Amino acid sequence: MRATAAEETQTGSLVLLALASWAVPGAGHLWLGRRSKGLVFLVALPAMFALGLALKGRLFSFDLSDPLAALAACANFGIGLIYFAAGAFSQGAGNVRAVTYEYGNAFLIVSGLLNLLVVIDATDIAKGRK
Amino acid sequence: MASHLLLLVTFSFFVSLIFAVLTKDEVRDQLRFGALLFGGFVLSAIVLGWLMYPIPF
Repeated sequence: MRATAAEETQTGSLVLLALASWAVPGAGHLWLGRRSKGLVFLVALPAMFALGLALKGRLFSFDLSDPLAALAACANFGIGLIYFAAGAFSQGAGNVRAVTYEYGNAFLIVSGLLNLLVVIDATDIAKGRK
Repeated sequence: MASHLLLLVTFSFFVSLIFAVLTKDEVRDQLRFGALLFGGFVLSAIVLGWLMYPIPF
């Protein structure tokens, strides 16, 4: 089954797969028929992101004058379309006075980074490396 | 939800879950590796917390 998936996936669709996997956590694995893995990512990563927002965490903006904030923004961006959805609903302003602020940031940043790992895993599967 | 321990445990759970599912294919291996990671996260955080307890800053 893995060899078939690798054979059928061409370069163009590989890029599409990576984009889909980034945009919706777990979509790449669902596309490749890894349903259980895809469902776990589809539920766990957005839940982690939502928890980060509920904990008053902040979605960082791409401010190159503050390199650490820019890196955090890159990590936040890794979660995909949910990042933009949160911005559209005015979420992610953060409350630095909240006791859970740093925890919220950790949840938001790590969920984005984990989704990037999921994207790499999906492309590896598609290439037949796994 | 301001309990630091609860937040630590929740964070460890999510990270362990994702890593276990990413790296292992069989459910049994995922459960074993996930439990090992989760235990390692929580235990090391508690041990480090106690080690830092006497530090005055």
